[in-house]
Amino acid sequence: MEIFLQQLVNGLVVGSVYALVALGYTMVYGILGLINFAHGDLVMVGAMTALQTMLFLMGAAPGMSPLTMLTLSLAVAIPVCMMLGYTMERLAYRRLRNAPRLAPLITAIGMSFLLQTIAMILWGRNYHTFPQLVSTAPLQPVAGVFVTPIQVTIVVGSALIMAALIVLVTKTRLGRAMRATAENHRVAALMGVDTNLIIALTFVIGAALAAVAGVMYASNYGIAHYGMGFMPGLKAFTAAVLGGIGNLGGAMLGGIVLGLVESFGAGYIEHMTFGLLNSSYQDIFAFIILGLVLIFRPTGLLGERVSDRA
Amino acid sequence: MITLLEARHIDKRFGGLKALSDVSLTIGKGEIYGLIGPNGAGKTTLFNVLSGAYAPDGGEFVFNGAALPSAKPHLVVAQGIARTFQNIRLFRELTALENVMAGHYLRTKASVFGILVQNRHTVEEERLTTERAYELLKYVGIERFATATAKSLSYGDQRRLEIARALATEPQLLALDEPAAGMNATETAQLKLLIEQIRRDGITVLLIEHDVKLVMGLCDRVAVLDFGCKIAEGIPSVVQTDEAVINAYLGGGCRHEP
Amino acid sequence: MNELASAVPWLGRRNPQAARWLIVIVAIAAPLVAVLFGRTWVRVLDFALLYVMLALGLNLVVGFAGLLDLGYIAFYAVGAYTAAFLASPHFGVHLPFWIVLPVAAGFAALAGIMLGFPVLRLRGDYLAIVTLGFGEIVRIFLNNLNYPVNITNGPQGINALDPLVLFGWDLSRNLEITENLSINSLFLYYYFFLACVAGSIVFIQRLQVSRVGRAWAAMRDDELAAKAIGINTRNLKLLAFSLGATFGGVAGGLFGAFQGFVSPESFSLMESIAVLTMVVFGGMGNVAGAIVGALILSALPEILRHLAVPLQQTLFGTVLLDPEVLRMLLLSLAMILMMLLKPAGLIPAHARYSHVEHLKRHGVSR
Repeated sequence: MEIFLQQLVNGLVVGSVYALVALGYTMVYGILGLINFAHGDLVMVGAMTALQTMLFLMGAAPGMSPLTMLTLSLAVAIPVCMMLGYTMERLAYRRLRNAPRLAPLITAIGMSFLLQTIAMILWGRNYHTFPQLVSTAPLQPVAGVFVTPIQVTIVVGSALIMAALIVLVTKTRLGRAMRATAENHRVAALMGVDTNLIIALTFVIGAALAAVAGVMYASNYGIAHYGMGFMPGLKAFTAAVLGGIGNLGGAMLGGIVLGLVESFGAGYIEHMTFGLLNSSYQDIFAFIILGLVLIFRPTGLLGERVSDRA
Repeated sequence: MITLLEARHIDKRFGGLKALSDVSLTIGKGEIYGLIGPNGAGKTTLFNVLSGAYAPDGGEFVFNGAALPSAKPHLVVAQGIARTFQNIRLFRELTALENVMAGHYLRTKASVFGILVQNRHTVEEERLTTERAYELLKYVGIERFATATAKSLSYGDQRRLEIARALATEPQLLALDEPAAGMNATETAQLKLLIEQIRRDGITVLLIEHDVKLVMGLCDRVAVLDFGCKIAEGIPSVVQTDEAVINAYLGGGCRHEP
Repeated sequence: MNELASAVPWLGRRNPQAARWLIVIVAIAAPLVAVLFGRTWVRVLDFALLYVMLALGLNLVVGFAGLLDLGYIAFYAVGAYTAAFLASPHFGVHLPFWIVLPVAAGFAALAGIMLGFPVLRLRGDYLAIVTLGFGEIVRIFLNNLNYPVNITNGPQGINALDPLVLFGWDLSRNLEITENLSINSLFLYYYFFLACVAGSIVFIQRLQVSRVGRAWAAMRDDELAAKAIGINTRNLKLLAFSLGATFGGVAGGLFGAFQGFVSPESFSLMESIAVLTMVVFGGMGNVAGAIVGALILSALPEILRHLAVPLQQTLFGTVLLDPEVLRMLLLSLAMILMMLLKPAGLIPAHARYSHVEHLKRHGVSR
């Protein structure tokens, strides 16, 4: 039972991060029909930028409280990612909006690798220790399960952010404009929506979410390196598809579900396969789920919402 | 009249919209049969169900006495029904000749192995396909554009190319979706001659059209659809004066509830 | 050959015959020129030819059939590891290459069909991700199947693969002509690979100008219309996938025998992307484009590697960008810039799918 609950907690934590990243994927796909391959790497950029800031602050202001340091790092990482997201959209994706199908996808792949390469140049190939500013010391065990402050921060933080996003999308004018553009660009434009602006904004919001997710992910595991965005990015995309691409609630649900499946899977896989497969196969789960979803229920758990590209 | 194609109680629903309600009609071998009706009546939807793009929610098509496979476009073509599209769907980067040759694909058999070794059967079949495609281009009158890319052809020639490509599949029934759309009087007259020639060569023609003059002058019989229901069927001159038909074009609805 | 000839700049248009000869001469003389700069460059050419084969195979899938496969390198891995299982001390099995290569090809084709079956009805971007996942799954298995039963020997890979032995000729040994004159094994491999590449080109061009090639082109252009003229797109996609996989498998078998060892490292996503970049860079759907793309993008990083380190040392006193990074930088920029500036690639496809010569008597010409 304890294993179960422990894995439940782990799954929720990882799932929350996946959910944040999945939102970025799903918003862009809903509006442009494009899988932004480089989105996962924005997660990495967020983490690395925060890392750099933390290192700087630790050297320049050693007495600073960890919480302040964390906040300042986020305050740097988020705008950096937002600018990067905007640049990618403006320079590359916007020009390819009417290009033949494979072109935007291939460009996105190129972007992803470019980001990784630049990170490799700036920060080298090594794994860097990421300062875990929120404590990883377990709190009082509840029902035999250990929960750490960082885990609580991640789950609560993501929940708050997701709630804020939902409010933004459903209750504000901007949100309405976003939903309209996602449904049908041309008609939204005819209704007076500046679709270019909305699309840019979608990228930017997604990038901000990615930055936060990056810091959370790195804080949870204590490591950061140039390739850290790839796997979580892929898994987050799977989560988005699982929930129903284009569907915000779906992305959130998909993220949590994927996190749980991965966690339980890693915990029980040795049992299930009689020792044949071990937890280093954990990454496979996401891919298998992706395959199964696309074959048996391609519209996802909550149904997809892709734009009507006339 | 031998029946070639029968539509039996075809229903098609898209979400809440009933696009086709209990549509039944009979097309005889060697006929030129018209399908007319106001915009949105369900004509192209009927074509799409026939050609296998959609499966019907109810009813079936019977072709040459056998039920037509539903939702399997390539099988429908193999049975002998070829269609063209309202908004012309050619293979734009291929030449006119290659477009027509592509139509001959399902009637040829060369295997990958044969292609690799270029055995006699493969070479012969390829030569035959090329010749036949050229003949079809001549048949519709655009052979001088054989090596031009499809996208460089004029609108009228593209329409004719699409017909040639459909003919390459060796159909018994040719279904044309608004072949005269966007054509002027001269082009329409030429189209009429072409369709009549096609019929004389033994192919039954089913045609969606808005051009009333063309329909009246060309079709042996017509069916009228409105809001997904068939409201009249018969020879053009009779249908033209049918009250329900006049109402459909000028106002009024369908007797069946959606 | 016509299409290849016309890809040669300047000469290709004026005198295709001459261009054709030029290509043949360059292909045969290339290693002789390269060796002047050092024997490693012949080795670079050997690998370049393997990449050409991969690019040709992926071009079938991406360029001809229009299916974006991001896990293509998995088929290369299947071929290479099959050679490792069947011709190395690992399992103690040492089958001759004329058995190993077809078996490698067969397994790769099978893998292609198994992957293709459930996956080919997905739309473009989903297909890309799922194939990427497949590539990764293969790599993860290769990396981890050393416990509890050692099948793949894990991250260390498998060593001492048997070299290629052609009719008693061991290609890994220099060929002695006279007492003082011998042909280095790298040259032997080069010409053998060249023959394989030439054979592949012939095969692919024959496919292109056939009912299959036309059907693929039709499917790529407008899938709905292709179905409407009776083309079974599902089977055609499977065919493209499995043929492409076969190329990958054969190249993989050759790679294993040539390099002498295989490890999961050689079959990462980066490699899949690299091959894709070659196809895209040269021009999708275009045999000449795939070849040019592969040659440029496999040789250029090597050239940079040799220039970059000493250059940076002299300029900056230290190496800022190591060769691996340079390669990634080059590939990612190539991909992005190509898509933005010249999406049709360096050599846009003016592919033809018919023998117009059959119609000479009607007065039809190109």
